Amino acid sequence: MAQAADGRKRGKSRLANEPEGLDRDHLLRAYRDMLLIRRFEEKAGQLYGMGLIGGFCHLYIGQEAVVVGIQMALGAGDQVITSYRDHGHMLATGMEARGVMAELTGREGGYSRGKGGSMHMFSKEKNFFGGHGIVGAQVSLGTGLAFSNAYRNSDRVAVTYFGDGASNQGQVFESFNLAALLKLPCIYVIENNKYGMGTSVDRATASRDLSQNGAPWGIPSLQVDGMDVGAVKAAADIAVAHCRAGKGPFLLEMKTYRYRGHSMSDPGRYRTREEIQKMRSERDCIEGARHKLAAFDVDDAEIKRIDDEVKRIVQDSADFAQTSPEPNEAELWTDILVER
Amino acid sequence: MANQILMPALSPTMTEGKLSRWLKSVGDMVRPGDVIAEIETDKATMEVEAVDEGILTAILVPEGTEGVAVNTPIAVVGEGASTAAPVPVAAPAAVAASRAPAAAAVPLAAEKDWGPTAPTTVREALRDAMAIEMRASPEVFLLGEEVAQYQGAYKISQGLLEEFGARRVIDTPITEHGFTGMAVGAAMNGLRPIVEFMTFNFAMQAMDQIINSAAKTLYMSGGQMGCPIVFRGPNGAASRVGAQHSQCYASWYAHCPGLKVVAPWSAADAKGLLRAAIQDPNPVVFLENEIMYGQTFDCPTDPDFVLPIGKAKVERAGTDVTIVAFSIMVGVAMKAADALAEQGISAEVINLRTLRPLDTDTIVASVKKTSRIITVEEGWPYAGIGAEVNMQIIEHCFDWLDAPPVRVHGKDVPLPYAANLEKLALPQPQWVVDAAKKLF
Repeated sequence: MAQAADGRKRGKSRLANEPEGLDRDHLLRAYRDMLLIRRFEEKAGQLYGMGLIGGFCHLYIGQEAVVVGIQMALGAGDQVITSYRDHGHMLATGMEARGVMAELTGREGGYSRGKGGSMHMFSKEKNFFGGHGIVGAQVSLGTGLAFSNAYRNSDRVAVTYFGDGASNQGQVFESFNLAALLKLPCIYVIENNKYGMGTSVDRATASRDLSQNGAPWGIPSLQVDGMDVGAVKAAADIAVAHCRAGKGPFLLEMKTYRYRGHSMSDPGRYRTREEIQKMRSERDCIEGARHKLAAFDVDDAEIKRIDDEVKRIVQDSADFAQTSPEPNEAELWTDILVER
Repeated sequence: MANQILMPALSPTMTEGKLSRWLKSVGDMVRPGDVIAEIETDKATMEVEAVDEGILTAILVPEGTEGVAVNTPIAVVGEGASTAAPVPVAAPAAVAASRAPAAAAVPLAAEKDWGPTAPTTVREALRDAMAIEMRASPEVFLLGEEVAQYQGAYKISQGLLEEFGARRVIDTPITEHGFTGMAVGAAMNGLRPIVEFMTFNFAMQAMDQIINSAAKTLYMSGGQMGCPIVFRGPNGAASRVGAQHSQCYASWYAHCPGLKVVAPWSAADAKGLLRAAIQDPNPVVFLENEIMYGQTFDCPTDPDFVLPIGKAKVERAGTDVTIVAFSIMVGVAMKAADALAEQGISAEVINLRTLRPLDTDTIVASVKKTSRIITVEEGWPYAGIGAEVNMQIIEHCFDWLDAPPVRVHGKDVPLPYAANLEKLALPQPQWVVDAAKKLF
């Protein structure tokens, strides 16, 4: 679609630091949820450094506005699925910080009882379908979640997140075709953080505008400032309304940025410190929200109350993740097949 | 000079067909390219075109005749009415002979007696199983390439679109990776898809979704999220379709925890096991065989007929050697057992039915009786099913063996196209007979 669904010209999203469009209460909520993800991920980074978290650990720091803004547009029963950079998505869907952190440390109290790890957590209760380690695989799976909604004549939508790196996978285009063909209520969210591991978007794709990647199938899209939680929420509202109305899939390209490495072991030589610093100082979603809250006359005491609450939740999760026992050895042999 | 028109082979596995309709009459002039008849094969209704020009001087097989063998003369075209040689009009001998059951199964005491049976092709059995389960549960649906309007590339889904509609019988584009992932996602959210792969060769495109998504999610989610799904379609060699369309994937899938792997041989296997697979809360890989589709067996008619996954069947009892086989190779093993019986060797034939979980108990009990084992598989030997079965025997009853375990298997080469080479590569009953005789 040359024209965005709300009539705005694509690519003209505000790049201002302060989110528009959210009222005081919604912005407070968004601030709190983004801060929770930020602090949680910082703590996960610390625990990784201490050797308490092993394997791969992909932090979401910098991208918080994307999941928080989209989640605000969703309702009960809508499904969410994403890749391996998934801690933020889980917290945004309302999964407990304790259970997520304990999974990171591989403990019994983790969402997968220690058998999944950072990349593989699920919550049937919160309609969170993982947590997938193979780049792009979740896009077909998310299309299937949308299929199940259409099959059941439900108005629920499936939000399928993936990165700019995954956007080149063949199955992503196969999924676009299927979703458009079968008119599936799927919101595809490309979190374009500019780098697929160490390869910049420019070096990985000939598509200069990822929001147009669904255009051959007639999938409407919006390119959105993913550092602005208000802009994300507004775009998500449009996408959700489109899908709920039975008009088929919608594509959102979120222009975002991750401050940390691809994983914990990323030396980060593919970009400069200045580039990261510039994004942090000029575009940070949490700072932007804080400024805007001041304009709403939210006083320092209220901000501090939120900061303290978040701190408490994160510290509690870290304590739990270290005291929860390792899984019982019998767990090695459970959950391979459903026994009837 | 008169030319006979022969019943054509219109698919790689076609051995006979129905002459549904004549579009020309005796006395009509036919030209090359004219459609003269319609023939219904095991896969589709096809048109037969004339190759020679001349007058249709005789129709040898009346329309409506079923079971006309390939290469049977069906009509005569002469250069002119006056030059047509008189040709006797007679019905072909092949008609109806093939409806006899392909093999007489020896009932085993352990297997429940399901009562009356009816001659049923494997194709009909598969379709019936899907239809019964789709009637029983609105969450069951079928998707795949050509499953709906085309009625199935191999006619397995014939009639399902008419009965269940386009919402539940879904034609997909040719995108195995995408539609398999979509089906797995739907299953994770509680639907019960049946994914038809036109052949399992194409499922390699979707391997990641089958293994990494379908098989591992239950474990990775600590038991929260299962994947009740069936992946089915023909596996292994068909007939002269070359290396890329002729691979047996049994050991690939059987290797993976989190999957169940089933390989039926008879129509009863097909119906009973496919119903069990659709009912199963786990991902089940269901490996069919194209050559078996048209074969007829006695199949129980009891509406509750279902077979347990994980149980092998002793198809033929014996005392001297155990032959373990699955899918089409059960037939090869049965023929070998017949030949061995003539030579005084009593072979017990085990139809594995399920490859994961393997029914080790039944195999071990048999080998403890016979002290000899031969495995038969169409696939390659390296890290194959035969290797696994024989290793189980070594682990469980080494001391009962009177001879080393033996594998009969497809040759360790990409399957060649040439008829003679293909035959050299695929296990024949005589290979099993030769292997057995070396054990004594």
